[in-house]
Formats: sequence, C-alpha cells, structure tokens
Amino acid sequence: MTDKKRIDIREVINQGLLAGLVALSLSVIGFISLLGEREMIAGIFTMGHVFLFAAPVGIASVLAEKIKHENTGKVLGFGFLIGVITALPLIVLIILATSFDIRQFLVNVSPELIHLLTFGQNLVVGSIMLVVITGILSLLAAGLRLLPEIWRRPITSGLAWTLLFGTFSEILLSRVRAFFGRGVAKLVFSGKALNPITALLILIIAAAIAYWNVTKRSKSEQKEVEVSPEKQQKSQRIRVVVGIISLLILPLLLGTYLSEVMNNVGIYVLMGLGLNIVVGFAGLLDLGYVAFFAIGAYVMGILTSEGHLGLGFTFWTALPFSVLASTLFGILLGIPVLRMRGDYLAIVTLGFGEIIRILALSDMLKQFIGGAQGVLQIPKPSIFGYDLTKPEALYYIILIGVLIAAFVSWRLRDSRLGRQWMALREDETVAEAMGINLVNTKLLAFATGAAFSGLAGAIFASKLTSIFPHSFNLIVSINVLSLIIVGGIGSLPGVVVGALILVGLPELLREFAEHRLLMYGALLIVMMLAKPEGFWPSETIKRELHAHKEFEAGSSD
Amino acid sequence: MALLEVNNIHAYYGNIQALRGISLTVEKGEIVSLIGANGAGKTTILRCISRLVGLREGSITLDGEDLSKSKAHELVYKGIAMVPEGRGVFAKLTVEENLEMGAFSRDDQDGIDNDLDRVFSLFERLKERRNQVAGTLSGGEQQMLATGRALMARPSLMLMDEPSMGLAPILVEGIFDTIKEINAEGTTILLVEQNATMALQVANRGYVLQTGEIVLDDTAENLQKNEMVQKAYLGID
Repeated sequence: MTDKKRIDIREVINQGLLAGLVALSLSVIGFISLLGEREMIAGIFTMGHVFLFAAPVGIASVLAEKIKHENTGKVLGFGFLIGVITALPLIVLIILATSFDIRQFLVNVSPELIHLLTFGQNLVVGSIMLVVITGILSLLAAGLRLLPEIWRRPITSGLAWTLLFGTFSEILLSRVRAFFGRGVAKLVFSGKALNPITALLILIIAAAIAYWNVTKRSKSEQKEVEVSPEKQQKSQRIRVVVGIISLLILPLLLGTYLSEVMNNVGIYVLMGLGLNIVVGFAGLLDLGYVAFFAIGAYVMGILTSEGHLGLGFTFWTALPFSVLASTLFGILLGIPVLRMRGDYLAIVTLGFGEIIRILALSDMLKQFIGGAQGVLQIPKPSIFGYDLTKPEALYYIILIGVLIAAFVSWRLRDSRLGRQWMALREDETVAEAMGINLVNTKLLAFATGAAFSGLAGAIFASKLTSIFPHSFNLIVSINVLSLIIVGGIGSLPGVVVGALILVGLPELLREFAEHRLLMYGALLIVMMLAKPEGFWPSETIKRELHAHKEFEAGSSD
Repeated sequence: MALLEVNNIHAYYGNIQALRGISLTVEKGEIVSLIGANGAGKTTILRCISRLVGLREGSITLDGEDLSKSKAHELVYKGIAMVPEGRGVFAKLTVEENLEMGAFSRDDQDGIDNDLDRVFSLFERLKERRNQVAGTLSGGEQQMLATGRALMARPSLMLMDEPSMGLAPILVEGIFDTIKEINAEGTTILLVEQNATMALQVANRGYVLQTGEIVLDDTAENLQKNEMVQKAYLGID
C-alpha cells in the first residue's frame, strides 16, 4: 500500500469537477427532472435527487476510503470540497437558465429542473442551499468511512433500505392496499411516496437489524464457533425449502402486474441459462441467439394458432416440437461454424440471427408464417381444462421451465461434458490433445443452448398470444448477453440476478425506459471497472480474478 | 518395428509448403530430438503427427497402425500425448484439476490416482501448489504442469514442443533432467527444441531440419561433434 498515489487538493478538485460534470449532464439530458417526478419520501426527496447527489457522494466516499488513515479534518474537508465543487457547474446552469433562454438548444433545461436544483427557492438562496446540501452530503459520505464498522454498517444499511423502499414505493403502495386495505395504505404512504415517518421507521428498523447482525458476528468471531458440517447442511436444506416455498407463493404476494414482470424476467432467465451454456460454459460467443427464441416461438405459434395459419395443436403437444425444432437449428447453425473462433464466430452467428428474422418477415414464407402480420390467435396454455390466462398462473409454467433448465445446467456443469466445455473454452487445441471431440462438444453446447431458448420462445408465444418478426431483433440477443455479463459469466444464480437487474428493474422504473440504453451502457462500464466478475460470479471466475491476492497470501507464509 | 514411423510426409499451410518429404523414426524407449532454426518445420512435424495439420503426401504409423485416418482427439487414446508449445495449461483450473484433465481419456480411477502421485513425486513444486490456480504459476511451474498433464494420459509416446521456451537457464536444466527421468521410467519422447545444446545432451538420436527438409540424421553424440551442427546450432566456432 506504500506505492499508492498521494491524494492532494488538485486531485480533489478534479474529482469534484468530474462529479459536477456527471450531475450536469444528467440534468441537461432531462434525466434528473424526469426522475424528479417520482417522489420517494413525500415532500422531501425524489429520485431525481438520488441521481443528482449520487456522483459527489459516491466519489467522496471512494476518496475518503483512500485517505481515511490520514487525519480526520482532511477527510471531512475533502469530502465537503468535492460536494461544493460539484455544485458549481450546476449553479452556472441555474444562472444561465434564469437569465437567458437556453432551452432553444438545451430542451431539457426546464423550469421543473431549475425548481428541483434550487429546492423551490429563488436564485441566490437556492444556489446557496445547493452548495451547502451537496457539500454536507459529501462530507457525511466521507465521514461515514471514518466510523467503526459497528456504526457504519447500520447507517449504510438503514439508508440503503430506505432508498430501496422509496424507489419502489408505488409498487409497495399497491401491495399494501391489496393486503391491508386503503386505511393502512393512507397511513403509511402519502400520495405515491413514503410518508416521512414511515421512511424514518424503515431507516431505524433496518439499522437496528444491521446493528444486531454486526454485534452477533463480532461475538461469534470472538468465540470462534466452528459450525459443524451437519448443521451447515441442515441450514442449507432449510434455505432451499424456504426458497422453493417463497417461489411458489410469490405470484399471490405480487399481484397481476408484478407477476407479469416476473414472467418477463423468467423468460429472459430461461434464455440466459441457455446462452450461459454456449458462452459461459463453452466460450462460444453467439450473437444470433435470438434466432432459436424466434424458432421456438414460431413453431409454437403455427402449431397452436386458432387463426388461418394454425394447425390445431395444444400448447402441450406443440411444446416438444418447439424445443426439438430449435435444438435442430442449433445443430444446423453449429455445423458451419465448427471451425470458427472468437470474433468470426460472433459475426457469423449475428448473421444467422438476422437471417431468421428476415425470413420471418419475408413474403416468400408469408403464406406459412404470416410475414409482417405475424401469427395471431395463439391460445394460452391450459391444464385439465383450466386456461392459464392470468400472469399469476402462467408464472408457474415459466417457473417449471426455469427450474428444469437450471437443474440441467447445474448437472451438466459438473459433468464430464461440462469439463469438455470448459477445456474447449480455455484452449481448443489442448482440449483436442486431451482427447476431447471438438465437433460433438461444440454441437452439444449449441443444441442445449438452443433448446432452452426454444422453450423460452414457445412460452413467450403463448403468453403474448401473437408474435411478430420485430419481436426477434438483435437487441434481444444483446440483452441476454448483457444479463449474463452483469450476473457473472458461467454462473447460474448470476443469470437470475442479471435478468432481475436488466429486465425486471426497467419494467418497474418506467421512467428509465427512455434512457434504458444509457443506463445499460453506464451499468456495463461501471461493472467492468468495479466488479468485472459480475454480481454473482461462478467459483472459477472468482478464483481467477482473485488468484493474485490468494497467491500473495499463500506465498507469504 | 519402430514405435513411430514418419514416411515421406509433405504438409502445406495454404499454398506454402512447410514440409518437403520428411521421414523419421522413433524407437521404443528413445529420446529423439528435432533441432533447427525458426521456421524449419519442427513444430509442423509435431502438428502433423498429432493430426492438427493435414498431410498432402506420405504416412505416419504408430506401432504399425496408420494414423492418417485418425482424428486429433483420438490420438491420446492410442497412446500419444502432447506437451504443447507455450504450455497451454488451463489457467482458471487448479493444478490438480489440470492434471485430472490430462487423464480425460482414461476411466481407471485407481490408475489415475497412482499417476497423480507419480506426477507429484516427480514435481514436488506441483504438489505444494496443487490447489493453486494454474494461471498464477511461474513459467517453469507451468511447464512442469503441462508435462505432468501429458503424463497423466499414461502415453507410450510423448511429443514435447519447445519445453525450454521462455524459461531461465537454471529451470531449463531442471526440465531436461525430468525429461530424462520420465524417459527412464519407460516413456518414449519426441522432442522439438531450439536449444540444441540441451536437446542433444539428453537425446539418443537427433534430426536436423532446414526449410522443411531433414539435412542430418545421426546419433546425438555424433551430431554434437558434427562441424556444421556446432557452427549453426551449438554456437561453437
């Protein structure tokens, strides 16, 4: 740690300006004012504020961590300074906006934005408030780093939970209303946001739980209690049972809208699990993955549709054909690309994805698969004469699909085939020298991945009841690939985490929809810098990325 | 009959001819070295034997069995193991997992366990680091691992491509000592090496390659004495 760069005042000014520029650009593109409409704590705090203060607070916190061993005054002073400098570009914006008509070229610098930035005060008071508040928040963020863990944990945890509840207050409101009635809802929420008192309660409760956890952990560390393997196994079994039960009752708790969101997440999880085998396990970068999704959906659509294209199958009789057709196409795509690696493979598969979409759109096949008009009147699945029309019911079909795919992935990963894929990913030539048949290994990866995607497509078709070629464009492949990267390449829980973040969150935060790609980009860049292994990495990747530390620790003894 | 017989092989990369009628033999129990300058075709010969490069002409037989119809991945089942150029260890796997991958072609668990012990007794360093990720090993340790991994297939013939590449002189000596040791335990070795001095010291016989042709073929002892070899490859004037 001796070679660490010394942090001087110039560095602080640079970092502050960086934070200021981030806040400024978020304001100018209309992001802040858009999110300003979403109140988190009634009358006090909107999501616009979160993004306004995120940069200075985050940067102050990171900087404070680096210099926390130096004197306290310096840490707090630098923190405050970062906040103040952050506010400066914003004040320039406020002054410009109130003196000139800059909306001609910056359409998003609206009166609402200025209102938010000046806290509803006039120019002078508002600007001073902005400087002071940003400064104090950054100072507090920096100061938090100085506190011992026993205080820091509860505070950060309390704040995090309050922000989380605030973010999803609208959804929580609907759930509270459904379960406890309007009276309770009125008590806890005001408007669509949290009541300040509720917010404070959440903060205190979350902090108390965190405090209890920290003290418990430090106590058990002192005693050094060894948890017996039987006890560990038992607690793991309990966790699995609790997990399964909560998955089963989830739609009852979530209601229609959230179940629908979960269904979308589930379909992406299914696709993610499939692509994870191709990219994560076998290391074959496939950018045309949407093709198998489309094939699964179209086979399901044509076989079951009640329209003029349909062949009168039921969901259950058509499902095996959907999966089989995608698997077959997986192998068909696999054969020509057997000799390709890396970038070339990516480009060819990209082309394959486009070919399938263009075929679906073409006039040539219009009489069979409907061309641009797509396939309509696809029935929803039914069990024992009971139609699964509501999202809450469809949820179970998707859940079963996901569980099967996850189980198969998990067993395959630790199997002989899993080892073959791993060797293939690492080095094709060496894998061959170890006695691995590259042709079979690659084709099995493509086939398994395509099967999962086909299953997802089949469910997707009967969930939407109509499918169109434009639902199957490149962005679907990119989404699936991104969610794998965000979750952690090769990791099964990572797929679920990735899908929740990249598919679930944007559904819940409708305001983000407009800036979805911006958020994607920002998230991926931050991930690559801060957490390149993903949110829930697989063991191997974790080991690889942290091998250096392990190695140092190992050689020192 | 020789263990490996390479008969008049011609190989091309696109239109460029890399090998022009190479013939060589490796007898059971020997160490045979192929020496030559960069681009002489040494590695190409190994790639032909391990079926990574196709033949235009000629034949390769192992124990009398024609290999030209075999696929690359089938060779290890026939008893040929490869220590690839640049080591090619599985960087993300631990040392032990790498060695297990080497035994991929086998299913006799007892035999595999025995061989694992044997590799660990041959390379003490690997035993110390058995749970370490292979990517963090030093170059010399990775070379040991690649060699050990090839041994795990229990081959009758081991092909080694430039085992000394990129290693410190002291490590190179260690590697060549183990090559001798492995050979003494009954594994036949075909060795491709730029470090002609070391290669001829351990080998029984050697071949000298120039632009895809064999120009000299003799016992290692005689080659070391040969004036042309001394000048061109051993740095002796």
